[in-house]
Amino acid sequence: MENSRYLIKGGCVIDPETGIDGLFDIVIEDGKIASIENPQSAIRNPQSELIDASGKVVTPGLIDMHVHLREPGHEYKETIETGCLAAAHGGFTTVCCMPNTDPVNDNQSVTDYILKKARTAESVRVYPVGAISRGLLGKSLADYGELKATGVVAVSDDGNPVMNAQLMRRSLEYAKGFGLLVIVHCEDRNLTANGVMNEGITATRLGLPGIPNAEETVMVARDIALCELTGAPLHIAHISTEGSVLLIREAKARGLPVTAETAPHYFSLTEEAVANYDTNTRVHPPLRTGKDRDAIRTALADGTIDVIASDHAPHSSIEKDLEFDQAANGMIGLETSLPLSLQLVEMGLIDLNVLVAKMSINPARILNLGHIGLKPGNPADLTIIDTEKKFTVDADTFRSKSRNTPFNGWELKGKAVLTMVGGKIVFDNL
Amino acid sequence: MRLAKKDILDMESLSVGEIQYILDTAETLKEISTRPIKKVPTLRGKTVIHFFYEPSTRTKTSFEIAAKRLSADTVSISASTSSIVKGETLVDTAKNLEAMNPDAIIIRHRAAGAPHILARLSRASVINAGDGMHAHPTQALLDMMTVREKRGRLAGLRIAIIGDVAHSRVARSNIVGFIKMGAKVVLAGPATMMPIGVETLGARVTYHVQEAIKDADVVMVLRIQKERQQAFVFPSEREYAQCYGLTQEKLAGAKENVLIMHPGPINRGIEISPEVAEGPYSVILEQVANGVAIRMALLFLLLGGPR
Repeated sequence: MENSRYLIKGGCVIDPETGIDGLFDIVIEDGKIASIENPQSAIRNPQSELIDASGKVVTPGLIDMHVHLREPGHEYKETIETGCLAAAHGGFTTVCCMPNTDPVNDNQSVTDYILKKARTAESVRVYPVGAISRGLLGKSLADYGELKATGVVAVSDDGNPVMNAQLMRRSLEYAKGFGLLVIVHCEDRNLTANGVMNEGITATRLGLPGIPNAEETVMVARDIALCELTGAPLHIAHISTEGSVLLIREAKARGLPVTAETAPHYFSLTEEAVANYDTNTRVHPPLRTGKDRDAIRTALADGTIDVIASDHAPHSSIEKDLEFDQAANGMIGLETSLPLSLQLVEMGLIDLNVLVAKMSINPARILNLGHIGLKPGNPADLTIIDTEKKFTVDADTFRSKSRNTPFNGWELKGKAVLTMVGGKIVFDNL
Repeated sequence: MRLAKKDILDMESLSVGEIQYILDTAETLKEISTRPIKKVPTLRGKTVIHFFYEPSTRTKTSFEIAAKRLSADTVSISASTSSIVKGETLVDTAKNLEAMNPDAIIIRHRAAGAPHILARLSRASVINAGDGMHAHPTQALLDMMTVREKRGRLAGLRIAIIGDVAHSRVARSNIVGFIKMGAKVVLAGPATMMPIGVETLGARVTYHVQEAIKDADVVMVLRIQKERQQAFVFPSEREYAQCYGLTQEKLAGAKENVLIMHPGPINRGIEISPEVAEGPYSVILEQVANGVAIRMALLFLLLGGPR
């Protein structure tokens, strides 16, 4: 990696951070971006390898700030190594892994373990997210000081809502002192009750217990109020309802430090996908109505939603080949996230540079990762995308250990063809 | 002539023509149950597995009798005596049953969609004998048979369904079935018992029992599950009986020859008063009798004769 020298030639470089949007050549030396040059003036160092990106788009490395790598504890679903491979194949140079492992990442040893495994994988960058509460139990705060010192970039009880408002308040306050972002999974468990899919006509028809929109929306409202109370930055994970969008839009208009993300399935699918009791469509929050999906799309376009993150949640047939109400929540996403998001560009809902912002620049800023964008001196983290490449999603070709995707067989257009992390090519299908 | 389908999973997937054909066939086969020798050789050599994950008296007995009257060999499995207690998944159970090459599997299951899993993994015909809150198509068919027998038609009739529609697979299948056959369906009960968006299936919703009963040709009363109180669905049995229970007084506004139906088992004095359940308009036991005929018809139409 140290001596890597590349010249990426002929690509359309899009970097919302620097405002670059056009044909440029990128010179990479010693794992770093040496310069961005006009195609005419770029002089090729004879020792550097040529990467022909003509007809392709070159972007800052994509960041998925919400994935589950399942290690330690559930290595049969995914390991840090296979998760990183899946990320690289999906065009991601950086992932943030959620703490609901076994044991839970609420302490230094688990964080250390994850970082060590990630180094051994020699693939994409892995930033662990620590727990808000010890054991994700919502009873006491985890040791944020220790977690931060070991390398976590945020805290979250993802998968579990923090039902105790006082604990949530204290978490936001306490995290502030360490510059740790708090990522919230908004769900009122009492309203979810035994629900397994969105409450509405499809659930009524299928006879499945419903989950109302309000289970998410009431918690978004509460957490925005607590954000206002504490002044601490709040990042709201996997937004799925129109109600949440309205609340976040209003909170942002008032200048509150609130950011939000959604996942590709919330702007690509609706509750109707559950129709045949396909457990791959079981996810939390559940797939909602067309109205919610449209509100999510609008919120992506108008900036209310800052980030697209996959919520990559690998499960094996042990958790998924079951009755719908017994199946686990979650779907994998690392290898479909970019192609599904590119559909938004194809539909004319957002520009490609806005998409790049939501999948790279914004998460980097929200998480305070530094080295943002394709600037000389920054590590050479970049993704080359073939926006015209048509393909059929085939889960059997995924690098992830798991196959739980409802998008198998979908015809999509546009995917990553090369992923480079710190000047090292971790995926090459160019 | 056989039905041109392998499974009976819900009422949505049956056409008007198929429903009529099933009801006609059941009416013909009903006579067999009145003979001194209540058995015909039609399904000799066929194997029918009755796979009941949930407790059942009526449906299970009814299916077994139906299969036996057609001379099929029957095997019966219940959750407590099967490998489910050893942790076997439904998928694995289905694969194992399939390996024994049965001709039909009748399944009752706690989970909506469970019969669909079985149908997908099995060459045998699967009949849904009730899955979660989803569907109970044979109950809807026997209810329709009973109404058609008494009124000579289904189209244009007004059917009132009273009670916990949200948690009822019987209600769902009857709503879909009766509307498909041209009847009007009115649902009554507290809002906590009305499924979200049920109007889009074509049913009308009211919170007042008397309003639903007025001018109804059929009043179908649903069973109240007492454990729903814990989920705040209703405050008390006493309150439920007063506001929503079917009593003689509430029936005063009904049509003169109204039919009173209940899928059973009955909570006497809660959703229906004993006088109404046993009164002159009650066809509750005729429903049970027709259940055998409907199930014979389905087995015959799925397994009998050349495909």
